[in-house]
Amino acid sequence: MSNSDRPLSPHISIYRWPITMALSILHRATGVAMSIGLIVLAAWLAYAAAGEADYARFIDLMSTLIGRLLLIGWSYAFAFHLANGVRHLFWDTGRGFEMRQANASAWFVLAASVAMTAGFWMVLA
Amino acid sequence: MAEFRLPPNSRIRKGKHFAVANGAKNVRCFAVYRYDPDSDENPRVDTYDVDMDTCGPMVLDALIKIKNEIDSTLTFRRSCREGICGSCSMNIDGGNTLACTLSIDDVKGNIRVYPLPHMPVIKDLVPDMTNFYAQYASIKPWLQSRTPPPPNHERLQSKEDQERIDEPAACILCACCSTACPSYWWNSDRFLGPAVLLAAYRWLVDSRDEATGERLDELEDPFRLYRCHTIMNCTQTCPKGLNPARAIAETKKMLAARRH
Repeated sequence: MSNSDRPLSPHISIYRWPITMALSILHRATGVAMSIGLIVLAAWLAYAAAGEADYARFIDLMSTLIGRLLLIGWSYAFAFHLANGVRHLFWDTGRGFEMRQANASAWFVLAASVAMTAGFWMVLA
Repeated sequence: MAEFRLPPNSRIRKGKHFAVANGAKNVRCFAVYRYDPDSDENPRVDTYDVDMDTCGPMVLDALIKIKNEIDSTLTFRRSCREGICGSCSMNIDGGNTLACTLSIDDVKGNIRVYPLPHMPVIKDLVPDMTNFYAQYASIKPWLQSRTPPPPNHERLQSKEDQERIDEPAACILCACCSTACPSYWWNSDRFLGPAVLLAAYRWLVDSRDEATGERLDELEDPFRLYRCHTIMNCTQTCPKGLNPARAIAETKKMLAARRH
């Protein structure tokens, strides 16, 4: 723009975050996190194909505390992205646009994603 | 690409404090963004103590009182003082709204007042709206028809047809919604933003308008329309209680329906 000499008014640093805005950025963040997780998923398959000893080393690595935390993080990213994706599908039909509904669906998605992650690990354990 | 940090010339310094004279008991503090284009200095935030016993109830009343009685250099736009002109739109207490319709009692703590977010600042609370108005003009916000009007009366609408445009036509173009939208912050050069898309929708659903196809053609663009990611800040902040997010979703539906 030609106004580069004019200052830009503050934006993200002064705006009070509504819950819907927080979930929107979380949707993107979980999408990025899952893309990175895909590399680990591919590595898992590669190590499994490489043989028993290599596979055992990979499992050892992912069984460390950091490995477990990352796996829980990725499973949460998947659960959140899935639940919020369904929320977006509802929006795509033109429904749920009253602020009251959008706020309620936001909290529902948060609760559902935590429950899905917890359920997933309870089944595994 | 999103640029989260303010450019060097926009970073905010600490400003002056204007304490209230004599022993006023009912005092509220207003922290107001200041920028003087005639100086080489960066913007700053000045704080003003205002005696609420001699001040009207709305944030605009306090700004006018500050300008009249404390610091006449404070600059802001205002006109109707009843929420219909859209001039006094600004960021108050972290949300965009009209200073004239926000009660001071509804704000807790210091009342923080900034210009509309992510806009070039002309002076103090006055942003440059040139790009916003140019975007509004780009959607041709007037009735387009090919068939001649009836010879003896206006182009009539049914009550139901009128009701479809009642809400979108109530927009006062204050730009609270567009400047609350992170997508608009990062892409205002190409994304039209919620206010202009709500205006576009108002003409798309007008039963008298005969340019629906061309209007949809203009909107079918990865940036102009589809930078909306349903963040909902627009609807959340609209001081008139309108729903630009739904209008944008309905526009996307019209485009999807047209493809099949």
